[in-house]
Amino acid sequence: MNIEALRIDREALLAQTLQGAFPDARGRFGPFGGRYVPETLVPALDRLEQGIREILPDPAFKAELDRQLRTWVGRPTPLTFASELSRRWGAEVWLKREDLAHTGAHKINNAIGQGLLAKRLGARRVVAETGAGQHGVATAAACARLGLPCTVYMGSIDMERQSPNVGRMKLLGAEVVPVTGGDQTLRAAIDEALRDWVADPDGTFYVLGSAVGPHPYPYLVREFQRVIGIEARAQMLAQAGALPDVVVACVGGGSNAIGLFHPFVGDLAVQLLGFEAGGTGPGLGQNAASLAYGTPGVLQGCYSLLLQDEHGQIQETHSVSAGLDYPGVGPEHALLASIGRLDFAAAEDGESLEALAECCRAEGILPAIESAHAFAGARKHAKRHPGCRILIGLSGRGDKDMPTLQRTLLKGTDR
Amino acid sequence: MNAQAKVAPRDSISTAIRGAAASGRPALVGFTTGGFPDRDRFVRDLRAIAAAADVVEIGVPFSDPMADGATIQRASFASLKGGFTLPWLLGELEGMRPRPRVPLLLMSYLNPLLAYGLNRLPDAAAKAGVCGFIIPDLPYEESSEVRAALDRVGLALVQMVTPVTPAARLRMLCEASQGFVYAVTMTGTTGKSVAVPDEVLDYMDRVRVVSPVPVCAGFGIRTAEQVARMHGHVDGVVVGSALVEVLERGEDPTAFLRALAP
Repeated sequence: MNIEALRIDREALLAQTLQGAFPDARGRFGPFGGRYVPETLVPALDRLEQGIREILPDPAFKAELDRQLRTWVGRPTPLTFASELSRRWGAEVWLKREDLAHTGAHKINNAIGQGLLAKRLGARRVVAETGAGQHGVATAAACARLGLPCTVYMGSIDMERQSPNVGRMKLLGAEVVPVTGGDQTLRAAIDEALRDWVADPDGTFYVLGSAVGPHPYPYLVREFQRVIGIEARAQMLAQAGALPDVVVACVGGGSNAIGLFHPFVGDLAVQLLGFEAGGTGPGLGQNAASLAYGTPGVLQGCYSLLLQDEHGQIQETHSVSAGLDYPGVGPEHALLASIGRLDFAAAEDGESLEALAECCRAEGILPAIESAHAFAGARKHAKRHPGCRILIGLSGRGDKDMPTLQRTLLKGTDR
Repeated sequence: MNAQAKVAPRDSISTAIRGAAASGRPALVGFTTGGFPDRDRFVRDLRAIAAAADVVEIGVPFSDPMADGATIQRASFASLKGGFTLPWLLGELEGMRPRPRVPLLLMSYLNPLLAYGLNRLPDAAAKAGVCGFIIPDLPYEESSEVRAALDRVGLALVQMVTPVTPAARLRMLCEASQGFVYAVTMTGTTGKSVAVPDEVLDYMDRVRVVSPVPVCAGFGIRTAEQVARMHGHVDGVVVGSALVEVLERGEDPTAFLRALAP
C-alpha cells in the first residue's frame, strides 16, 4: 500500500474500529471517506443521513425489509460445503451462496433496502449505476416491486460484455442509458448517475450499489450487505462447528466484501482476505487493484485509495470482470487494509477464469467472473495453508458472463 | 508588515467585479479550459478572453468532471489527451508576458490539487498570478485544510450556492466565501441553456441580501438577453460552456463576450 504519507496509527485505529467508531460524525473511516460532492447534493445527502438515522432503526421498516428479504429475495441464502474443491485444494472449503439470491447476486440485498428507504423518503424516481449489470438488474427489480420509475446508467463497454443483463433490466421496466463518455465502464456510469442526481436532488433517489461514494453511502451499503456475514457466521458455527480460519471475497468497490467481512471484524483470529482484479499484470492500466497499487485521493465523493497518475488524473483500469473494473475502493476497505485487519492480493484474469471453470466442474456451480477472483485467491491461500478452513463469498452467478466466457473459456468448442 | 500592506490577491477579484458594476453592467467572468483546444491556442485565447472579461476562470481538466455537462467534459478530455498537467499550466501562466490584466481564478476538482500537494500549491499559484480557486467537489465542511493553505498567501476560496441551498446554509456559505459567491442558477451540470424565470431572479436577490462579497451567477449563461435580465440582481455572470463552444468553433471570444454585456 502507498499510504506512508498518512502516518496511520494502526493500534489506535484498530481499537476504534473494534469499538464501532466508524464512520464517525464526519463520515470518516479513519482518514478515509468523507463527502466530496457538488454543493447541490449537500442538502440531499443531509436528508439521506437524517432519514437513515430515523428509518433504519424503525421496527416497522426493519420488519418490512426482513419480509422482503425472506419472501422475495430468498434469504437466508445457504452455506454450501464444497466437498470436491476441499479434496482438490487440501482444505475445508465453504461457500456463502449469494448466487442463489433473487436476481443472481448479493446486489439485491442493498437494492431492496435502498428502494424501501427511497419510498419512505418520498422519492419520485430512482437512478442507479451499474458495472456488471447485477446492481442495475437488482435495482430494476426492486423498483418494479416497489412501483418506482428507474433509470440505470451503464458504460457502453459493459453493455456489450454483460448484454444479458441489459435485456433483463429492460424487461423489469428500467430505462437503460448507455454512457459513452469517459472510460465507458462503471466509473463513467457513476459520474453520469451523479450528474442525473444533481439535476433533481429533491425528487430523485440515487441507489448506489458499491461501498463507495460520499457519506453516508459506504455506511448505508454496508448496513444492507452485512446480512451476508451475519448469516454466514451463524451458519459456519452451526454447520462447520467453528468459525473459518480465513474469509475470502473479491473486492471491486467492495460491497459484497464489506457485507461478508464486517460481522467477522471483531473475530481477530479470523483472517480477512480480499482479492482485487489483477487484470493482466501490475502495471498502471493493466488491473483494477486499488488497495495493492493505489494512492490516496478523492474520487466520486470519497477519499480513498485510487489508481491515478502523479497529477491526480484517474487511470483507466482493466479487468475481465466488469464488476471489479473500478479505479477506487470503498473507504472502509482502505481503513481495514491500512491497519492490517484486512489482507489483500490480486487475482489475474487468467487464473480467475481457470478458477471459474474448476468451480463449475467440481461443484456444479457457475460463479460470476467477479466471484471467481475470490476462488482463484482462495486456491492459492489453501496451497500455502494446508487443512485450513476457508469461507468464500460466492457473490453472484455467472450466467451474465456468457458473452465473455464464449470468447474465452469456450473459444473453439462450438464446432 | 510589508505583506499586510499589500492587497491580498483575493481582494483583486472583488475589486474587479465591483469595478464593472460601478460602470453600470454586470461583470463578466469568462471561463476556458486549461490547455484547450491545444497548448498554444490556449494562451492566445486566454489573452483574447482577458481583453473583454473582468475575471478569467481557468478550468483544470480532470478525468472525472462530475459537475460538468457535455461541452466542458469534451474540452477536459481533449486537453488531457493533449498532455495537460497542472504544473504545465502554472508554468505557462507564470511565464506570460505581459501578464493578463485581469484577475485569474482556477476552477479545479480537488484531486489534481491534492496530487500537486497542498503544501506547494498556494505559493506556486500565487507566483503564477492566480488569485483564487473554485473547487466544485469541495463542500465547506471538508474545506478547512485547503482554506488554511490558501489563506497563507491571500488566495480566495470561492463558495458555490444553489437554488436548493437552505437559508441558514446560504448565509453561512456567503459569509465564508472569498472574492465572490458563485450562485449556481439551477440544479444540474454546466452548460444547459437556462431561461431566467422570476424564481431565479428572486433567488439571486436572496443571495445578494446575505452576501458580504459580490454575487456572480453561473451555469447556463449564453445570451445577452439572459445577462440583461440578471442585471440588477447579480454583480456578475460566469460564462463557461458557451464560451468554450465559441473557442471550439474557432470564433472570436472577445467579440462574443463584448456582445453579452454591451
